[in-house]
Amino acid sequence: MRKGLSGVNIVALTFGFAFLYLPILLLVIYSFNASQLVTVWGGFSTRWYVSLFHNEQLLEAAWVTIRVGLLSATVATVLGTLAAITLVRMGRFPGRTLFSGMVYAPLVMPEVITGLSMLLLFVAIGLDRGFITLALAHITFSMCFVAVVVQSRLISFDRSLEEAALDLGCTPFKTFFVITLPIILPAIVSGWMLAFTLSIDDLVISQFTTGPGATTLPMRIYSSVRLGVKPEINAVCTILIAIVTTGVIIASIATKRAENERMKAERAAAAGR
Amino acid sequence: MAKAAQKALGPIRRSFAPWLDPSAVPLIRFENVVKRFGDFVAVDNVSIDIHQREFFALLGPSGCGKTTLMRMLAGFEAPTSGRITLAGKDLAGVPPYRRPVNMMFQSYALFPHMTVAQNIAFGLKQDNIGKAEIETRVKEMLRLVKLEAFGARKPHQLSGGQRQRVALARSLAKRPKVLLLDEPLGALDKKLREETQFELMDLQQELGLTFMIVTHDQEEAMVVADRIAVMNHGKLVQVATPGEIYEQPNCRYVADFIGDINIFDATVTGAEVGGTRLKSAEVGADFVAAGDASAVAGTEVALAIRPEKMRISTEPPPADATNVLKGEVWDIAYLGDWTTLLVKVEGSEKIVRVSRANMTRSEARPIGWDDKVFVWFAPDAGILLAA
Repeated sequence: MRKGLSGVNIVALTFGFAFLYLPILLLVIYSFNASQLVTVWGGFSTRWYVSLFHNEQLLEAAWVTIRVGLLSATVATVLGTLAAITLVRMGRFPGRTLFSGMVYAPLVMPEVITGLSMLLLFVAIGLDRGFITLALAHITFSMCFVAVVVQSRLISFDRSLEEAALDLGCTPFKTFFVITLPIILPAIVSGWMLAFTLSIDDLVISQFTTGPGATTLPMRIYSSVRLGVKPEINAVCTILIAIVTTGVIIASIATKRAENERMKAERAAAAGR
Repeated sequence: MAKAAQKALGPIRRSFAPWLDPSAVPLIRFENVVKRFGDFVAVDNVSIDIHQREFFALLGPSGCGKTTLMRMLAGFEAPTSGRITLAGKDLAGVPPYRRPVNMMFQSYALFPHMTVAQNIAFGLKQDNIGKAEIETRVKEMLRLVKLEAFGARKPHQLSGGQRQRVALARSLAKRPKVLLLDEPLGALDKKLREETQFELMDLQQELGLTFMIVTHDQEEAMVVADRIAVMNHGKLVQVATPGEIYEQPNCRYVADFIGDINIFDATVTGAEVGGTRLKSAEVGADFVAAGDASAVAGTEVALAIRPEKMRISTEPPPADATNVLKGEVWDIAYLGDWTTLLVKVEGSEKIVRVSRANMTRSEARPIGWDDKVFVWFAPDAGILLAA
C-alpha cells in the first residue's frame, strides 16, 4: 500500500473540507468584524460580543434553551432507556412490532408533521403553550434517539454477567441497578448528550409548540435573521460552535485516553502472566 | 498448593465410589428431566444421581444438551417435565438467587466495572455478611487462587489465566454446596489448561465440594472427573468412571467419541469357549472376541479395538496369535512419546490405526512407509458392540 497522499487525494480533501467548513470559518471571522455591515470587512473588533451580553432577549432565549434542553434530555433518557430495555429484553410480546415502529417513528417523520400534530394535540386538550409544551415536544422527538443508542449497547451486552449476579444471590431488581446500569451507562450518557444537542438546536418543532415567554435561541436567531443578519448573531453562533467543538474534543480525548490505558493494561497483563 | 493434601487424600480418592453403594443418598438427582425449546428437544428424559464430593463431568459434542442440563440445575432454565432435587429438596420454582449452587461461566462473566476483590466479594455482600468477615473471606479466596497481589486490579488488566482464576474464586467464595463449571478452561492454552486441571482437582479435594463440569474436551473430562456422563442429542449415553468409559464403552457412539478406536463391522459365526467367533467381510478376516458368548450366529455386530492394544511387526506373529491382519504401512505420525501407524489392510480399503510407545530412543529396524506388516491383537483386547 502506498503511503502519503496523491495529487488527486489532496485536491479532493481540500474541496471536501472547504465545502464543510468554509461557511463556518467565514461566520467565525465575520463575528470579529468591526463593521455594521455583515458582508464588508471593517477591521478586527470584539464589540458584537460585548453588545451580545447586553442583549436581554438573546440571553433570555439562551436560558430557556438550556432549561428545555436539560429537562427534555433527562426525561427522554429515562423513557428512551426503558423503551430500549423493553425492546431488547422482553422477547416477543403482542404488539412488539407496533411498539418498536411507534418508538422509532419520530426518526423518519418530517419535523413539520411532528410539530403540527403536537400543536393540534395541545390545542385539543387545552394545554397552554409555553415552556411545558415545548419540553414535552422535545422529549417526544429525542426519546427515540436515546432508544436507538441504548438498544445497540444492550444487544451487545453479555447476558451471562446478569446471570452471574443472579447466581451469586442478587435479586433481578438489584442486578439491574448494580450490574446492568453501570455497564450500559456510557451509552445512556451519550444518549443524553444526543438528546440535549437535538433539543438545543431544534427550530421547526419548537416553532409549532411554543408560546409566549418561551422563545428558544434558534427561534430568536431565526427571527432576527429574517430582519437582516446582525453581526451579533455571528457572535452567538461562534460561541455555540466553540462550546460544541470543545465538548467534542474533550469527549474524543477522554475516549482515546481510556482506550490507550486499557490497551497498555492489557499488554502488561498479557506479558506478565 | 495442595501437593501434600493430594498425597494424603490419594487413598481416599482411590476408594471413592459412592455410586456403587446402594444405600448412599445422592446429593443431586435429575429424575426423568426433559427440556424442550419449541419443537427442539434439548434434554431428553435424563436421570442422573450425583453424590456428595463427586467431581462429575457432562461430556458431549456442542448442542448435545449438556449445558442446558447444567443451566437447569443453576436455575436459569426450568425443566419442561421431570424433577431436579438437591439434598432432598425439589428445586422447582426456586429462583437462581436462592439456590445453594454457584456457577463458573464459560465467558467468566467478570463484572468489568468492579475490581478483582469486589468481584469476589459480590456474592458475599448479597448475604448480609459483616464487612470484616467479607474481607477475610476475599483474602482467603485470593490466596487460594494465588492472586493475592491482584485484588485491586480490574478484570481487563488481567491475562486469560488470571481471569479464569478470579471467576473460580468468585464462584467458590460463597462455599456453595455444588460448583458448576461451564467449559471452564476452554479459553486457555494447552499447557495452562493442563496445569489448571490438576489445580481444580486439588481444590475440589481440599474443599470437599461437589463439582459438576460441562466440557466437550474428552481428555479434560478424563483427567478431572470421578465419573463422566456422555451425552448425545439430549440423551444420556453412558455414565461411568473414565476407565470404564474408555475400556468398556457401552455403544459404538461412546467408543468412537472417546479416544481413537478401530471399528470393524462383523457378523457372528459361532461361539467358542469364553468367546465369540466373528467374520468381518470388511477386511476379509476372522476374529475372536472374548467375553459374552451368547450372541446368536448371524447377528451383525461391531468389534472395536484401541490402537495401543494392537501389536505390529514386519515379522510374522507367533503361531498362537489370534486376530491377525496383513497390510502395508500407509502413514506414520511420530508424536514423541507415541508413534501412530496407519496400516492399509491387504485386499480392502480399511485403514487400521496402530500406536506404539516409543520406549527407546532408537530402534534397530524401525517400521517405515510401505513396509509389509502384520497387525494382531488378543481376543480380550477387542470390545464387542452392537452394530
